[in-house]
Amino acid sequence: MSGDRITKGLLFLSSLTILLLSAGIVVSLLGGALPAFREFGLRFIISPAWNPTAGSEEYGAMSFIAGTVITSILALIICIPMAFSTSLFIAEYFRGTRTSGILRSLVDLLAGIPSIVYGFWGFYALRPLLVATGLTDQGFGVFTASLVLAIMIVPYATSLSAEIISMVPAELKEAAYSLGATRREVIFSVVIPSARSGIIASFILALGRALGETMAVTMLIGNANVIPKGLFAPGNTMASVIANQFGEASGLKMSALIAVGLLLFLITALVNYLGKLIIKRFA
Amino acid sequence: MELTDNIRRRSRTNNRFRYLVIAGSVITIIPIFLIVGNLAVKGYRQINLAFFTKPAPDTFQAMMAAVNGEIIPGGIANGLTGSLLMVLLASLLAIPLGLMTGIYIYENESKKYARFIRSLTEILQGVPSIILGIIAYLWIVKNITRGYSALAGSVSLTIMMLPLIIRSTEETMRMIPLSIREAAFALGTPYYKMIYKILIPVSFSGLATGVLLALSRILGETAPLMLTALGSPAISFDITRPVSAVPLLIWDFYNDPNMVNLVWSASLFLMVFVLSMNLLARSVASKHKYI
Repeated sequence: MSGDRITKGLLFLSSLTILLLSAGIVVSLLGGALPAFREFGLRFIISPAWNPTAGSEEYGAMSFIAGTVITSILALIICIPMAFSTSLFIAEYFRGTRTSGILRSLVDLLAGIPSIVYGFWGFYALRPLLVATGLTDQGFGVFTASLVLAIMIVPYATSLSAEIISMVPAELKEAAYSLGATRREVIFSVVIPSARSGIIASFILALGRALGETMAVTMLIGNANVIPKGLFAPGNTMASVIANQFGEASGLKMSALIAVGLLLFLITALVNYLGKLIIKRFA
Repeated sequence: MELTDNIRRRSRTNNRFRYLVIAGSVITIIPIFLIVGNLAVKGYRQINLAFFTKPAPDTFQAMMAAVNGEIIPGGIANGLTGSLLMVLLASLLAIPLGLMTGIYIYENESKKYARFIRSLTEILQGVPSIILGIIAYLWIVKNITRGYSALAGSVSLTIMMLPLIIRSTEETMRMIPLSIREAAFALGTPYYKMIYKILIPVSFSGLATGVLLALSRILGETAPLMLTALGSPAISFDITRPVSAVPLLIWDFYNDPNMVNLVWSASLFLMVFVLSMNLLARSVASKHKYI
């Protein structure tokens, strides 16, 4: 029976590493962020200042919180019609056909492309197109970043939405068809209402993805440490400011960047928790 | 008359909506063709033997080549070896730990502690990768290797990989019919033999899919490596020193206008590599759908 005990012990020990890892992450982030919070207090969260000049150092996270929230929400808005049509295509109109399988694989492929490749492609292929429309001079900024972000999060929203739409009981839909409803009417009066919370959850989880995306955004948003002034204005997100400035940071500036990381951690954890909660309710 | 009008109108909106859905779906998948096409057209020129065997050129070599209209000498060998080193090390840590934790959660689902570990895993999975870079920086770069290192890069990749493997292990285990376990127990098989000789072999293809998908995720990761492995112009296998990685090279090349041609090729290579790993994982999964 000793083999049993060793195995059980090993399995338990490995589960402990997750506990230690999670605790360690939170403790290290808190510890690293402490100097910044001690210096600026809770004002750090609402202040848009970012001045690394020695002597008059002042840091605040608001510009980056704003940048993150604006790009992610905008990406979500662009993503919704795309993910909505693909999930209806896969789980309703072409359900179970070869076409649906092909579309699903293609959408899944979008999730496989590395973030930095999206960033590079956005920079050299998409940005010139946006400049050509005349809406923007440089092509950098919130809108460019959001557009690429939207493409990146579509597969996450689609796969979950499609799964939930395909779980809607056939009896419900058949009952509506038998009353003479058209397919569009069935979709809007039966499928969507009964899959509503699952679809919302899939978009919330996609939002969680967008909040933490780093490389593609860093390469496209224009990296200005201010609250973005418009759709085509440059800005910075919480993830992109860390990626850009962590390497040469030290002392108070590093602590401020870790504090930005801590806030990002909390925001993504909250959004993901919300999404999971809705799914659990739904299931 | 009114009735037929009504029906005609409804059928028209119905058709319109159908076309809208199809159009939306087509628009959604256009980017994948654009990205693959763009990278293939602009990137294939640089892909030759030297691309895989030579380390990255310096900016002067690249500039001279660009001026003379030649292809840029050198390649991504230092990135390949660095990626290989860090991904291997991360796999060595994350695969056994992840498998065991996944099995633990599945086996002890009734316990509050196991469900708590599962929730923690879900939270870990949602942590943005750049934050894992900060963590590996604080733990390894600052305290253990006292400088940027391959080890720190591996640790950040390990933390990324762990939750992916735990979740896929747990889900794979869930698909094993209870009767198989019951049959083993009925024959008096000890618990540990049941795990090593039955649970793991039976679910092997599912576990392999999970591992491959996790690998394809971390192979393209850039952000945490910028804070940990930093990058290095030379081929190095020393885990206490900085190393490069393919995505890190793309970032370096991207910041150097002379290297543009090489970024297209490196991006093309990385994308093809990651996507084929992805497809491989899916084909393993679909071949062994029923355990």
